[in-house]
Amino acid sequence: MPIDLKMAWRNIWRNPRRTFLTIAAIAFASIILVFMLSFQFGSYEAMINSSVKIQTGHLQIQAPGYKDKQSIHMVVTDPEAVGAFLNNSSEVAAYTFRARAFSLVSSEERTYGIMITGIDPSSEAGVSTLKTSIRRGKYLFEENPNQEIVPALIGELLARNLQVGLGDELTVLGQGRDGSIAASVIHIKGIYRSGLDEFDRASIHIPLQQFQDIYSMRGAIHEVVVVGKSLRQVPEIKKRLLAGIKTTDSKSSLRVLDWMELMPGLRQAIEMDLFSGIIFYIILIIVVAFSILNTFLMAIIERTKEFGVMMAIGTTRGRLTRLLLIESFSMTVIGMVTGAVLGSLITWYFQVNGIDISGSSELLSHYGISGRLYPKLSLASIISGPMAVMIITFLAALYPALKIRRLRPVEAISHV
Amino acid sequence: MSIVECVDVQKTYHQGKVQVHALRGISLSIEKGGFVALAGPSGSGKTTMLNMIGGLDQADSGRIVVGGKVFENMNQSQIADLRLYNVGFVFQAYNLIPVLSAIENVEFVMLLQGIPADERQKRAKAILDEVGLENKYDRRPAELSGGQQQRVAVARAIVSNPSIVLADEPTANLDSVTGNGLLKIMKDMNEIKKVTFIFSTHDSMVMDYARRIIYLRDGQIAKDKIK
Ligand SMILES: Nc1ncnc2c1ncn2[C@@H]1O[C@H](COP(=O)(O)OP(=O)(O)OP(=O)(O)O)[C@@H](O)[C@H]1O
Ligand SMILES: [Mg+2]
Repeated sequence: MPIDLKMAWRNIWRNPRRTFLTIAAIAFASIILVFMLSFQFGSYEAMINSSVKIQTGHLQIQAPGYKDKQSIHMVVTDPEAVGAFLNNSSEVAAYTFRARAFSLVSSEERTYGIMITGIDPSSEAGVSTLKTSIRRGKYLFEENPNQEIVPALIGELLARNLQVGLGDELTVLGQGRDGSIAASVIHIKGIYRSGLDEFDRASIHIPLQQFQDIYSMRGAIHEVVVVGKSLRQVPEIKKRLLAGIKTTDSKSSLRVLDWMELMPGLRQAIEMDLFSGIIFYIILIIVVAFSILNTFLMAIIERTKEFGVMMAIGTTRGRLTRLLLIESFSMTVIGMVTGAVLGSLITWYFQVNGIDISGSSELLSHYGISGRLYPKLSLASIISGPMAVMIITFLAALYPALKIRRLRPVEAISHV
Repeated sequence: MSIVECVDVQKTYHQGKVQVHALRGISLSIEKGGFVALAGPSGSGKTTMLNMIGGLDQADSGRIVVGGKVFENMNQSQIADLRLYNVGFVFQAYNLIPVLSAIENVEFVMLLQGIPADERQKRAKAILDEVGLENKYDRRPAELSGGQQQRVAVARAIVSNPSIVLADEPTANLDSVTGNGLLKIMKDMNEIKKVTFIFSTHDSMVMDYARRIIYLRDGQIAKDKIK
């Protein structure tokens, strides 16, 4: 073993307790970082997945401007052509069509302005969790047995606000695509609770066909909702769709939007949460860095005379600096690796068993997550925290090591 | 031929407003192969003089030549190299690197000089044998007595055949029997290896070993006695 490494290793264990505490501090910070980052990434993914499944899908194909204006006139005129293209795209797991109109719904008691969505019951079930979130009544039938009656699904909170239940009727009033008045009576067949309050408070779903009749859509829709096999594939799919849409119809000006564009609020919420997390991590790392700084300043003061003698017999300052840096680097690496391994094991345990967060996180319940949350280990969550700890503690150790460069042998030797 | 040549060396320390004239014009010349004691009361300038000769500290004025090399003309790293190859040091105490064993301490200087491992080992063992530590190669300094530690320090100082060994009160922390033992070893090394020794001391018994005693007082040479 090279002499520098040998000396560094022995020097580290000259004061085992101090070394142990320093390493423990580094390991502790690393454990916290691995766990917290995994927890955050896990909860973001859960938030995104649940929002995507309840509302937007991974991607949507829309007419330009529809996302911002939500105007009934901004339509996808030929959904079947888009559908034909999607059927041939292997990376698309499922898709469905939706049409949406802002309307007034009235019960006998009250009136609310809400979003009415026309859905294709069978393909919708493959894209969203609407079908599984029915709490009372039934999901929409594929074939509507009675064309006279318009069946509807309604959010639980909205039903409560309207003071209606299964079997009750609601009057709907809106504007059709052609500018005519769209009016109808709908019958509540099912009540759902998605967990996303915002959604459950302001949405009603009816069969797409009847929607198209009521709102004079002439076969057009507003959204082609696409889901891929996983969230990670979204950018890839988006690229393919953008290219594909152009080839299907060169005149088409359809837009392809991903979930981040569809739910800017979610993205901002994630960024805010990550940002406040990062501030906490920085504080944590700085505390640890000070402990390293302290350890090494003490070590240098204690060893001044020794350094003086070493310099007197011909050791260069550069070599002493290197020795000290190897010492601090080894301690940091030991602490960091220990922390990353322990942190991963602990996180792994919770990744398998979940953490009960019911009622503890407002942010999560806002995005439809309650009950158990599963942190998600990833290369990024294992490596980035401990790496940051390592870099910053190493920088902290640099200061005492560089102090050596100002050390004068005569003074060092006479140091008591 | 003289190995150390000092001409009118002056050194003043400033401590706040107080000026301490540690050396007030010292001129001396030390022959190669000498065994020289620097004597004098506390504060007379012995340590300062040794530090000047070893290039650990710089004189305010005057000329110091060691082994034909003039300090004035050298930069810090050249002086550091001179220390590494031509000067051996023995201090009063805590000479050794505590995390290295006796043999590793002796090897350390040769390692800095880039001498290959097997030769390092051979020479370190030989010199430790000569100073009477044949069974103590692998002891750490903390596991050696004060006298043994000083012998390791002497071994380390002479192992790479320097032109001079500077020893600042090498026996001050030892009892008289152990101190005498160390002095005998130093003298043996001086005679066998022709290494020049310059050491400082308060102790008249230690001075008896010297072939030349330079008495300092208040930073000046009071007496220069050659036996
Ligand atoms: N770094 C320093 N700063 C200020 N004054 C110093 C310094 N080093 C030495 N002196 C002063 O210079 C003078 C000579 O000191 P030096 O250490 O050379 O004496 P010495 O002969 O070695 O004494 P001792 O026998 O006590 O070791 C003393 O008055 C001392 O106080
Ligand atoms: Mg002294």
